[in-house]
Amino acid sequence: MKKATAIVLGAVALPVLAAGVVALQIVRERAFPGREPAQQALYVSSPAVLTRLALGFDDVVADLYWIRAIQYYGSTRLSPSADKSYALLYPLLDLTTSLDPNFNIAYEFGSFFLSEKPPGGPGRSDLAIRLLEKGITARPDRFQYPYDVGFVHYRDGDYAAAADWFERAAATSGAKKEGERADLWLKPLAASTRATGGDTRSARLMYEQLLNADAAWLRNDAQRRLKQLDAIDQIAELQRRVGEYERRFGDPPPSWRDLTQADYLQGVQLDSEGRPVDPEGYVYVLNPWWGDVTINPDSPLWPLPTENPA
Amino acid sequence: MRAIGLVALHVFRDSVRDKVLYSIVAFAVLLMAASYLIGQLTAGEDLKIIKDLGLAAMSLMGLFIAVFIGIGLIAREIDRRSIYAVLAKPVRRTELIVGKYLGLVGTLFVNLAVMAVAYYVILAYIGSTLSPAALKAAPAPAADPRLLLAVVMIGFELALVTAIALFWSTFSSSALLSAGLTVAMYVAGQFGADLKNFEQVVESPAAGMVGRGLYYLLPNFAAFDIKTEVVHALPVQPGYLVLTAVYALVYIALLLVASVVIFSRRDFK
Repeated sequence: MKKATAIVLGAVALPVLAAGVVALQIVRERAFPGREPAQQALYVSSPAVLTRLALGFDDVVADLYWIRAIQYYGSTRLSPSADKSYALLYPLLDLTTSLDPNFNIAYEFGSFFLSEKPPGGPGRSDLAIRLLEKGITARPDRFQYPYDVGFVHYRDGDYAAAADWFERAAATSGAKKEGERADLWLKPLAASTRATGGDTRSARLMYEQLLNADAAWLRNDAQRRLKQLDAIDQIAELQRRVGEYERRFGDPPPSWRDLTQADYLQGVQLDSEGRPVDPEGYVYVLNPWWGDVTINPDSPLWPLPTENPA
Repeated sequence: MRAIGLVALHVFRDSVRDKVLYSIVAFAVLLMAASYLIGQLTAGEDLKIIKDLGLAAMSLMGLFIAVFIGIGLIAREIDRRSIYAVLAKPVRRTELIVGKYLGLVGTLFVNLAVMAVAYYVILAYIGSTLSPAALKAAPAPAADPRLLLAVVMIGFELALVTAIALFWSTFSSSALLSAGLTVAMYVAGQFGADLKNFEQVVESPAAGMVGRGLYYLLPNFAAFDIKTEVVHALPVQPGYLVLTAVYALVYIALLLVASVVIFSRRDFK
């Protein structure tokens, strides 16, 4: 083949063939839209075997398993499928942390994902704690892991256990490190949790710590939770004022306007029509028959954590 | 000494002219750059993952260079029959082996240096894009100088792999067999801990002793892996690094002597 012919052929054939590849991909996807990739499976589930198969590249394989764990968690959470068992989440996290026992984020976020209640997570606090205990064995100096165990107990409403773990976190060498001094907030947190159980002060203290987290999504989540705590406090205050109104007039106020006109909403954040609003600007709902104050179902803060503030 | 230097220079020039080498280095640099994209998928600890991937890319690509160029050092000369012309010159077989080895190790170290520079440039760039919170949360700075310790240990590991590849290259005329044996030794060298504790999983004391014997005989490549320690900013004892480096040098000397002995006895008629 002559050189000129080869150049012309290349200039014509290459773009045509490249376009053909893309076109075929599009045609196939349109022709078979429902075809899903094979169901996710874990071919190697033994950490010991996988560590050997990694051939010294344990850290990179741990990274890949961590990415896979995140993708699995995210895709299961967003999937319209009714199956929200997150069956592979713990094995993936177990493999990740076996390959790299110092993988901090895999312990901390992994336990967060595992303890999240369905449908947002599997609600497996036991597995979350097992994962964190593995982290404590690997890095007994870090205060974050016992703190996270306490956090899991706190979310489950076991305040005595949570306080014990916060105290244990405060006693680690990492908590006493200069520049960090986490023991200075962990000890009051333990005391507050033990004394008052699920009050909003302990929860606020914990979420304020999460505002300094590395990951943006965790900071955003903490911000949302803090706003929910503000809303809980605001609802308690509004409920108190509605009660005062009821004691004075014999019935709950029929609307927010009545409460405003009776001068019961001084110092409360109101919208242009004089109705109290939550931290996201949504008007609180007032039940005119029973006088109950609740969050607006349209608000991004709905539903509020009612059983415990976390 | 002059002959060794000339042979080494020739191997270095020959390797540098090899397009495969450029492809491997380009691929490693690309992989390190791509790690930035992979870091976006990780929901935190991007820096750790980028550091891991960069070190793994250097180690893996260096391994490819060491194995696939190392096995051809002598075997290719025999295959092309250029060995006759080389041996007809005033170059002793010992000088040829040592020169070939040093030439390839020099090439490897230059490549490793190029990859390390690219690695640090990428890390410095990523470090400049991270939030103060992310940097504070990281156990070590982005362009952490301690990462060089891992790069140096990768260098010793690759120098040892090159010596193994050269050894098999003098022993066997088949490049495929040499590559297979070199890779097999590399893999076996990763199982040091298992071989050492073999007696705990077998009933036969003899089998246990064989396992332990192999542990001491085979090169212990797991010892060179300090990637986890440097990435997580965990302490690495200087004494450990020195002993491991000396171990590599002694093992390399052993393999080179063995290669020289075998090559000296080989008949090319």
